[in-house]
Amino acid sequence: MARNSLGREIPDQWRGRILDPYMDPWSKKPEVLRATRPLVRRHPGDSKLLPSLRAALEKCELRDGMNISTHHHLRNGDLLLNLLVKELDAMGLKDMGIAASSVHAVHAEIIPYIRKGVITRIETGVNGLIGELVSKGELKCDIIVRSHGGRARSLVTGEVEVDAAFIAAPCCDLTGNMNGVLGPSACGSLGYAYTDARYAKKVIAVTDNLVPFPAAPISISQSDVDYVVQIESLGDPKKIVSTTTRITRDPAGLLIAKYASEVIEASGLLKDGFSFQTGSGGTSLAVADNVRRKMSEGKIKGSFGCGGITGYFVDMLEAGFFETLFDVQCFDLRAVESIRKNAGHREISADLYASPFNRGCVANMLDAVILGATEVDVNFNVNVNTESSGYLLHNTGGHCDVAAGAKLAIVVAPSMRGRLPIVRDSVTTVTTPGETVDVIVTERGICVADKHEDLKKELRRRNLPVKDIHQFHEEITRITGKPRPVEFEDDIVALIEYRDGSIIDVVRRVKE
Amino acid sequence: MRLRRSLLYVPGNMPGMLQNIPVFEADGVLIDLEDAVPLQEKDAARLLARNFLRFHPNRDKEMFVRINPLDSPYAEDDLREILPALPSGIRLPKAEHPEIVERLDTMLTEQEEMLGLDIGHFTIIPSIESAQGVLNCVEVAKASSRIVALAFGAEDYTASMEIDRTKSGEELFSARTRVVWAAKAAGVQAIDTIFSDVNDMEALRSETTLIKRLGFTGKSLVNPRQIEVVHDVFRPTADEIQNAVDVVEAIKRAREMGTGVISLRGKMVDAPVVTRAARTLRTAIAFGLIDYDLSDEVIHGQK
Repeated sequence: MARNSLGREIPDQWRGRILDPYMDPWSKKPEVLRATRPLVRRHPGDSKLLPSLRAALEKCELRDGMNISTHHHLRNGDLLLNLLVKELDAMGLKDMGIAASSVHAVHAEIIPYIRKGVITRIETGVNGLIGELVSKGELKCDIIVRSHGGRARSLVTGEVEVDAAFIAAPCCDLTGNMNGVLGPSACGSLGYAYTDARYAKKVIAVTDNLVPFPAAPISISQSDVDYVVQIESLGDPKKIVSTTTRITRDPAGLLIAKYASEVIEASGLLKDGFSFQTGSGGTSLAVADNVRRKMSEGKIKGSFGCGGITGYFVDMLEAGFFETLFDVQCFDLRAVESIRKNAGHREISADLYASPFNRGCVANMLDAVILGATEVDVNFNVNVNTESSGYLLHNTGGHCDVAAGAKLAIVVAPSMRGRLPIVRDSVTTVTTPGETVDVIVTERGICVADKHEDLKKELRRRNLPVKDIHQFHEEITRITGKPRPVEFEDDIVALIEYRDGSIIDVVRRVKE
Repeated sequence: MRLRRSLLYVPGNMPGMLQNIPVFEADGVLIDLEDAVPLQEKDAARLLARNFLRFHPNRDKEMFVRINPLDSPYAEDDLREILPALPSGIRLPKAEHPEIVERLDTMLTEQEEMLGLDIGHFTIIPSIESAQGVLNCVEVAKASSRIVALAFGAEDYTASMEIDRTKSGEELFSARTRVVWAAKAAGVQAIDTIFSDVNDMEALRSETTLIKRLGFTGKSLVNPRQIEVVHDVFRPTADEIQNAVDVVEAIKRAREMGTGVISLRGKMVDAPVVTRAARTLRTAIAFGLIDYDLSDEVIHGQK
């Protein structure tokens, strides 16, 4: 057992893997070559079309202990992962790993197969029930939480080997050329699947919309695809892309948004060439709305918006506030429509978006990013994975990637949730290290990291409520009281990998 | 004079909303024990409001409590619980007669004596919210030296008139005018009624513009989102401020020349014009928009 630089106890190894404790955001360097896979030759007239998922699984010659992957662009509407796991069970396979780009609430259907031992590992963060049950010790399944950039890295370095990648393809031809912008299950960008297409041992395009050759536009091309399978439906379109989230009407949320946009302005970054990322929640959109107004007033022309793309960002692109949108994931129908039509709306891979181990990711070019939190602490560490219950409930997304990349990483959160303070002495789980977080904005105050003395001064000059994070912590706990800490058992149920593959934290079983 | 552009209602029985009072930039809040609180929660609201006030002895804004009407069975309990927690004052509903205000004045005096406070510590904002109230508001406004503002309540007023309230508000015009007259004549502020459609910011803006023109000095609000619009309307524009500075500078020059009237850009500047300019400047100073030395001597000249 060692302590990493944030004081978290990290075991020397876990499930046979030697762990590398997190040191800092920057110094870990890759010491391997890119992962490889066998080359293949296809002759004219060879068919890739297979009659069923079962046939494809058999072609991949899967054995006990191997990994399969899917992408999460279909979000809570995804049917594919559940279908695949049922087939794995029918084939009698055991001890399989899921190396998907994320696991959502809809995938709670695989819980019986985890209990049966068909699935014993999930090489990605999980949203919802699976994480909760694992945290309670009611389900045995090893989870390694990775950020979007970290996951791309782990495939590129070969740390995670995907034996068969099943890529849900909303539009696909017989050779495997595919895109996500057309068809009944259209989801827009296929950004998370690019890395699978290039590094998995076998790549299977699964489609409910088989079109004549060539499918166009081509996002992932036939040169990377081994087989094509047609199924009835990839997912429930209503749950694949939501209708556009609205700007919050909660007065506290609006105040947070106002402060966050003031912080961006005060930082001096809001000028021609400005680049920006924000989430899809109501408060994040309200920040975008305020930023847009400031850009409009100042006649500022930004360069790019990034991340998961919403209709709100599409409006900003169309109104000329940005030259380009870099889209790794579409959050709503407006975004899907835009990526289909607008050349300035670019599909990018998770690798290009956020991987720390390539020759430069887009996250490194970001000026300002708005991030969420379930908890923050007095050292600016941020938790998005677990909640105050101690249960593992959320995947990391790009959180720690863009925090590290952007010039100004702003965490927005209400100062309390229910009866609980958002600021803690120490977060339950570290997702993103405080070294990469610049400002925490709540409706009751703005905490700025000490390295930004000038920004603090400027915010004070603007009469904004800048507060020392320790005092702020006291102020909030004076209202809420100090919550009794959650107690944990010794056994570890999940690792929280930092984007570079070092272990920033672990999740232990909650004492019930 | 204290700025009271925005007085935000907060239901006394909603701890989550009470908790957020320090967060919003309203000039004052009206913690409501009356209409927003159902009968079965009157006592809970009273205790929550009291505890909230106790918990926040250092305040950046005025905190009034709207008690239940004096003729209801709740008002005395409201005052007994709330006053020891030191609210800024009481918003008195249904102030239809001066006697009602006088009664409250007496009750407040009794409590002040018991609590060892200066007499006059608690202020009163009577609400004019019925036809009877409108008729009597001139006397009501002068009924107690504790009164800092007269408030108009259009929801109850239109009910008492058996008419509907419209967004354009023609039906409120004469009542509003009379309330403003009464307030100005008594030397107190005038606070306009709430605007209940919290999603229609444009209509809120035009109503606020109207009541500012009529002479109201502020407005009661039902949602924190309305604060910004109201403050924005009451904020003097850069042109207005510059004009006011020019007027005051012009009258200074005039006095140096031994006259009380002077022409500025072709318009006459005399005492009433200077008074209006001074009011604009005072507001601008309160908003922190300018730094200007505005003494009585500057406004009225040396005696």
